[in-house]
Amino acid sequence: MALAHMHASGMGGIRTAGDLVARMQLSKKMRLNEAKEYVAGKLKVSVEDLVDEVIMNEVRQDLDISTVYAGMGEMSRGIESKFRIAKLLDLEINSVQRFLRKTNWQY
Amino acid sequence: MVVTRMGDGSFITMSKDEVRRDIEEGMADAVKRGKIDPLGVDEIDHLVDICCRPQKFVSVEKGNELILSYDSGALKITRLGIPIGMPQIMQLYERAFAADSLELAYVHYSFKPIKSIVPEEQYAVAETSLVTTAPLLYGAMPNLPLYTKPDGPCDNAAELLPAGKIEEARRAQEEAVDYAVKDMVFVSSGVYEAGADGIDFDTTGAAGDAEFYATLLATEKLRAKYPDMAIEIGMAGEFVLGFHGQLEYDGVRLAGLYPHKQVKLAEKAGASVFGAVVNTNSSRTFPWNLGRAVTFCKACAEAATIPVHANVGMGVGAVPLVMTPPIDCVSRASTAMAEVGKLDGL
Repeated sequence: MALAHMHASGMGGIRTAGDLVARMQLSKKMRLNEAKEYVAGKLKVSVEDLVDEVIMNEVRQDLDISTVYAGMGEMSRGIESKFRIAKLLDLEINSVQRFLRKTNWQY
Repeated sequence: MVVTRMGDGSFITMSKDEVRRDIEEGMADAVKRGKIDPLGVDEIDHLVDICCRPQKFVSVEKGNELILSYDSGALKITRLGIPIGMPQIMQLYERAFAADSLELAYVHYSFKPIKSIVPEEQYAVAETSLVTTAPLLYGAMPNLPLYTKPDGPCDNAAELLPAGKIEEARRAQEEAVDYAVKDMVFVSSGVYEAGADGIDFDTTGAAGDAEFYATLLATEKLRAKYPDMAIEIGMAGEFVLGFHGQLEYDGVRLAGLYPHKQVKLAEKAGASVFGAVVNTNSSRTFPWNLGRAVTFCKACAEAATIPVHANVGMGVGAVPLVMTPPIDCVSRASTAMAEVGKLDGL
């Protein structure tokens, strides 16, 4: 069922920019269109580009914020990409803050 | 003729006029019960079109995509009998299932049993947060009945009410609320401290108004404790059952509230996302259920200031009440909720 929804109406997660738009909904209570526009502005792409796998794969590679091929190559993955996303979207991400506390790092 | 289904999943055929009639009747039922606005003519036409397309699978037009969140998403893999750990399930959701957000969960999906294994759940959350990129929620059910005898310390209101002990039943539910709030705050704090982005209170209100009340109180406390925590309140049904009958939050009586009024209290308590539910009537057709569900959810999204993610799964959001929801109905409900319901997510 999750796959049916993903194909029918989902944004696509880290295949595109779905995770970033979701973050703005969950963290800042932004409604859908506001969240899409915010993320598009930060990524310097159009709102339409946010669900284009081809464009977003390149954008995510350029920004080094993880793609579905997170296990391959030198790209950031997991917590590494969340450090970059926090800065990119001007957000405090809880797991990033925890990482900083646990490693006693300043960021 | 249009091939569609009943709410129990069985195939039926209908004429296009019959599809339209059932959509309008489902909508009228929602309007009457919820005292909400009907859909416009264009919106009904759109629903008719979605129902009548011959394809097995339909989808939104490019640009109308929304955000997907998951209730007990991790457990869907566990239930398949695939023995892999939670961090790996979350990686599958992120990289193979294109999930916009992730939800980690324990197989005993209620706060009361999780309370005693919070350290183990913190481990799973902390590990997952290192290897995933998408927002990570932890989900569980408030499940107030677990606090009643013989499983818990409180008298059972479901036994007291038939015996005519109304006041005793109310006091027992209020006592259970106190226990539930403590557990919800304890578990949620634990997983948040371990690195989760937030919590998903799933099937809120399954035990009626007292359970909804407990969840609103827990949300309020968590919002005060963690201002940046993501808190999703997903409901159990379209209508808050008045099992207690007198409980109020912010001066509003909880019993009898429909989604467009539930969401206002969720906002007041501090929720980030509200999960609206509309139950599927298995004796009515898919078009009837779709017209009804979309009307309720659209009214909720219009009333809300926070994102609204409708529940569109087994037996809710017009999806037939079956264990393996047919994708012809799931994809149509998904499309209708996005394009007509104007929801922020599912």
